Amino acid sequence: MIFLKLIVTNLRRHRIRSFISIAGIAFSVAAMLTVVTVLQGAIGMFSGILSSDSEVIVFERNVSDLFFSSVPAAALDEISHWSMVAHADPVLFGIVSSADHPIITCFGVTADDTRIRKAAWIAGDKLTFAQHSDDVVLGERSAEFLSAKLGDHVPIGHGVFHVIGILKTANGFEDGGVFMPLKSAQVFFHKEGNSSVITIKLRNKDDAVLFKNRVKARFSTLIGLEDAEFTRSYSQFKILKATAWAVGGCGLLLGGFGVANTMIMSVFTRIREIAILRVCGFSNTQIAAMIFGESAVITLLGAMLGLLIGTSLLYALKLIPALHGYVDVTLQPVVLFIVVLMTLATGLAGALYPAAYAMRIRAVEALRFE
Amino acid sequence: MNLSRTQTRNEDRVVLRAEGVWKSYDDGAIAVLKGVDFEASAGQTIALCGPSGCGKSTLLHLFGGLDTPDCGRVSVNGVEVNRHRNLLRLLRHEVGFVFQLHNLIPDLTLEENCLIPTMASGMDRRTAQARLHQLAESTGLSHRLGQRIQKLSGGERQRTALCRALMNRPKILLADEPTGSLDEQTSGAVFELLLKIVATEGVTLVMATHDRSLAARCDRLLEMHDGRIDES
Repeated sequence: MIFLKLIVTNLRRHRIRSFISIAGIAFSVAAMLTVVTVLQGAIGMFSGILSSDSEVIVFERNVSDLFFSSVPAAALDEISHWSMVAHADPVLFGIVSSADHPIITCFGVTADDTRIRKAAWIAGDKLTFAQHSDDVVLGERSAEFLSAKLGDHVPIGHGVFHVIGILKTANGFEDGGVFMPLKSAQVFFHKEGNSSVITIKLRNKDDAVLFKNRVKARFSTLIGLEDAEFTRSYSQFKILKATAWAVGGCGLLLGGFGVANTMIMSVFTRIREIAILRVCGFSNTQIAAMIFGESAVITLLGAMLGLLIGTSLLYALKLIPALHGYVDVTLQPVVLFIVVLMTLATGLAGALYPAAYAMRIRAVEALRFE
Repeated sequence: MNLSRTQTRNEDRVVLRAEGVWKSYDDGAIAVLKGVDFEASAGQTIALCGPSGCGKSTLLHLFGGLDTPDCGRVSVNGVEVNRHRNLLRLLRHEVGFVFQLHNLIPDLTLEENCLIPTMASGMDRRTAQARLHQLAESTGLSHRLGQRIQKLSGGERQRTALCRALMNRPKILLADEPTGSLDEQTSGAVFELLLKIVATEGVTLVMATHDRSLAARCDRLLEMHDGRIDES
């Protein structure tokens, strides 16, 4: 109890300094949590588009981005006839812009695609999809920002399209996207006869490995990956994840410098006190434990405050209409664990030098210190 | 009869010894101690007198292991103090320090300040509390245990420092001008208490002081001059 009081006492003496340090850690944690969660959510959404009612995704081998992937129609035709395949849905991804909206994601799909068949249509009839080459179905949010209603003609990219339906989906990318008939999309994006990916629903999930091996053997330019495998290995996801952690890590590093600064000041201001503890028989370990303890208190309080701020920020982002569907506020336990662990590690690292300095304090000299 | 012989042997037993101790500062430019030899027997009260800067505090620091001699040897109960592995044991169990300034931690209470050495030594809580109450009783501080240091008078603070120094039952008490910051009346009262307690506890007292009237009341009065000790 007295040891705990010795740890906390210096934080109470210099309340403003302690608060600034705690706030530094808190905002670092909040930044890290927000950036990582938003990006993880985005990755999850994109994966969700691909894994919608499918187990395996087939795309061009060695492409850095699925937008550049080309899967020929012949491959689709052959794969869809394999006995282990329940259904194979080609999807062509494209990005276009319209006035005031620099990025609109387009999905070229067939009328049989799950996204069309199983979506909640809030306007239009799903049976009318792909009957005309200029037909498009808008996600609810894209209809909103394009100010489009059923039956309107809207400019998208270099074309003008007829809105034949509006559908509601929980996925931000789909909700803010445009669904075109596959053939129209192939023409529009100059990818005649090709799709970006084929999403595969197998009759038996256990056949996934067999299916992947067969794709590998049959098509040297294509690769088949299970959904989880794809999420893990897709280079864009890896880059996004690495960026998120790097940005968050940099924030945390700054917070760590704040802790180091506070702890150095703390040791300097209690040199005489440390000398007294030494005279009373405190060992180096006990002195270091006191310094690390002080740092741990700052870090833990900062982490808790940061998690609170970060979570509030994520919920606030979710409430912004423009971001509707793009922010997934699902806090993953593993992310929370890593953030807290990194924060503690940063706090302890920040206390390393101060603790080493405190351990070197000689009582005889420090007692002369005023 | 047997008890008396035991007591005599105990008093004759050397608990603190310095042999040919030299100490200088600024790479030898300022020689403070020049071959000091010293012995203190169990239960003795010894006053070190001398002008400022003659090395009284330095010698006390060497006795307590807070500093190391340039050459020579300091031992407590036959164990050399400047070997690192002995140092913690020395500070935790063999010696207690009282300084001119009380050197208490202001944010803690009297009780908490006194319990710090027991925390360092690992004394169990019940024993530590019993010891604290015993010392608080002896020093008249029982009613002030929960008070913060800021609320104590100068005399009470110095008595608290004395309690803290004796918590782990050290055999030697090293006091560096223990009454130097107190007024004459309080100084006399604190010194009386100091003598009473060291007698009760059977502790050897080595005290640096400028106050000759206090020094005269110790068993031995050592005069420090030019880095050496003369016994009067």
